[in-house]
Amino acid sequence: MTTEVLKAPLVVEFPFTRSLGPVQSAFLTGLREQVVLGVRTADGRTLVPPVEYDPVTADEIRDLVEVAPTGTVTTWAWNHAPRRGQPLDTPFAWVLVRLDGADTALLHALDAPGPDAVHTGMRVRIRWAAERSGAITDIACFERYDGDGDGDGDGDGGHEVADHDGQFESMVTGIVAQARLDYSYSPGRAQTAYINALAERRIVGERCPSCRKVYVPPRGACPTCGVGTAEQVQVGPGGTVTTYCIVNIKARNLDIEVPYVYAHIALDGADLALHGRIGGIPYDQVRMGLRVEPVWTEGGRYPDHYRPTGEPDADYETYKELL
Amino acid sequence: MPSEPVAVVGIGQTKHVAARRDVSMAGLVREAAQRALLDAELTWADIDAVVIGKAPDFFEGVMMPELYLADALGAVGKPMLRVHTAGSVGGSTALVATNLVRSRVHATVLTLAYEKQSESNAMWGLSLPIPFQQPLLAGAGGFFAPHVRAYMRRSGAPDTVGSLVAYKDRRNALLNPYAHLHEHDITLEKVQASPMLWDPIRYSETCPSSDGAVAMVLTDRAGAARSPRPPAWLHGGAMRSEPTLFAGKDAVSPKAGQDCAADVYRQAGIADPRRDIDAVEMYVPFSWYEPMWLENLGFAAEGEGWKLTEAGVTELDGDLPVNMSGGVLSTNPIGASGMIRFAEAALQVRGLAGEHQVDGARRVLGHAYGGGSQFFSMWLVGSEPPTS
Repeated sequence: MTTEVLKAPLVVEFPFTRSLGPVQSAFLTGLREQVVLGVRTADGRTLVPPVEYDPVTADEIRDLVEVAPTGTVTTWAWNHAPRRGQPLDTPFAWVLVRLDGADTALLHALDAPGPDAVHTGMRVRIRWAAERSGAITDIACFERYDGDGDGDGDGDGGHEVADHDGQFESMVTGIVAQARLDYSYSPGRAQTAYINALAERRIVGERCPSCRKVYVPPRGACPTCGVGTAEQVQVGPGGTVTTYCIVNIKARNLDIEVPYVYAHIALDGADLALHGRIGGIPYDQVRMGLRVEPVWTEGGRYPDHYRPTGEPDADYETYKELL
Repeated sequence: MPSEPVAVVGIGQTKHVAARRDVSMAGLVREAAQRALLDAELTWADIDAVVIGKAPDFFEGVMMPELYLADALGAVGKPMLRVHTAGSVGGSTALVATNLVRSRVHATVLTLAYEKQSESNAMWGLSLPIPFQQPLLAGAGGFFAPHVRAYMRRSGAPDTVGSLVAYKDRRNALLNPYAHLHEHDITLEKVQASPMLWDPIRYSETCPSSDGAVAMVLTDRAGAARSPRPPAWLHGGAMRSEPTLFAGKDAVSPKAGQDCAADVYRQAGIADPRRDIDAVEMYVPFSWYEPMWLENLGFAAEGEGWKLTEAGVTELDGDLPVNMSGGVLSTNPIGASGMIRFAEAALQVRGLAGEHQVDGARRVLGHAYGGGSQFFSMWLVGSEPPTS
């Protein structure tokens, strides 16, 4: 019998915060003020974007300089299909731009009508975002630049970098780096069978053909023997509380009134305990060895909790190996 | 050909705090690394390779620290490796670095570990909403508390032992200027009166959330001969792993931990760890893990570890001091916590531990574990070079 393996989207996202330190703080605050800062190394090179430590000597670098908002494309790649979160929502070129006055190139987007309009060596300038907050997105993108020289108005075509103290009003010292990963998640064959059985309120594990241990939930392989498991074994519904704790603080995203008991439960026939909440008994009367059974609720994929069966407690010797 | 003796000649760490908003991650690791170089009186040019460890990626959202941090750590043009083993990573990172020297691949290696917990959320990282799976119903301590109860049942330990550990470690931390928690008004009564979070674990018996980094310079015999300060010598180091959950797992005293310790003792010629080892810096994220690990590591028979704690043996002035630095209970940048244990063991045998120095510490064990008791890493360091 083959059943379709379950699959569902899994979105993992979190707003990580990042302290910037002195150099990135100056760089991002500068962008907010339409000033591009780089750092000058001991050997006289200007690095844009700036780094805190010299990639050659490993020395700390703190000498900031201002470079021009114009530059030259050093290489590029056309992006046919922009994705969410990218700088432009129409096709664009990813470009490395060496800003005038800098010795290294900055990665960004170039707004261009098509790949034929882009070439290495082309002159470009920053298109600033209308709303700027102190982030790399304060540079909306680059655009073609037909003016002479470096745009600093002196008409000499070159750019003298100017020292800068990196200080601005209300410095940006941290950013939020929103991370998001989109997965398509499948629990695999063994867990699909387990989950499908749960829908019929049956708890089904798998037995290892080598050590004969019954795994619930099944994993499709025995972690000890390293062999595949296929033989299905229904366990429970009765089980024994092997150990537990009383939870007195509300966990994130859990709508359960505290205090409650979180227990390890060895279902009859299973060779390791699974985890569940104990109900139907005052929290301070739960004990190791308590005999319990699952309580199902309409629409719940898993037992809502486990309640006492009323049987005598299991003897410690019968479950101590399952602790 | 015997392996090369390995010496720790430089140790540096940051002052561990709740939040280091003044530095980037690069700035944080740099601070620890610079202090280790200063201790060794070496420069970046003296380092042949860099081995870095940190927390699992979802814990803090940095996927490739080896890429981001290469210039901050002077690794450009040198080999740079990154090690992953959950909470034990600081220990296994130090051992990977150790093995590069031991095998004579490199003469001098910088190893370090860090985490900025303030910029992320480890609990979020541990509770991703995996489709079809039942969420963990208990929060961070809820994972560990049932194992503590199992230990109490198995050993018959009185329920006050956990508070004794917390009280001791927090007092030790007062002697360590780098420790995160400095609770100057700590009393045993306060520990015992703190809220019960995940019964049997109280608030004061849990670890803090810290920002911090630690670094060490490891070198060969020739490098040790040039060291301006006494080196710590590696006498044994080992790692073991086992699944987080499997039929037959002993969560109270995992077999991987026992095997790892036995391997280290064999390498170091330790016949009786209780007699032959002077102090232990072990990974105790919840206070009850001290008596549990005392048994797992062979310092006490099964069920007897709590008696050492209760008798004061593990106090700083006891016969077997445990967690002289204040331990994980006082400082916990998770990605660095394992290496901080290793570094403390080395500081002790170098005689450089300052106010929390154990007099005459000649052989000290550093211990780390992580991933739901999945990974173990340990080293035994000594004040004298190994004889074999």
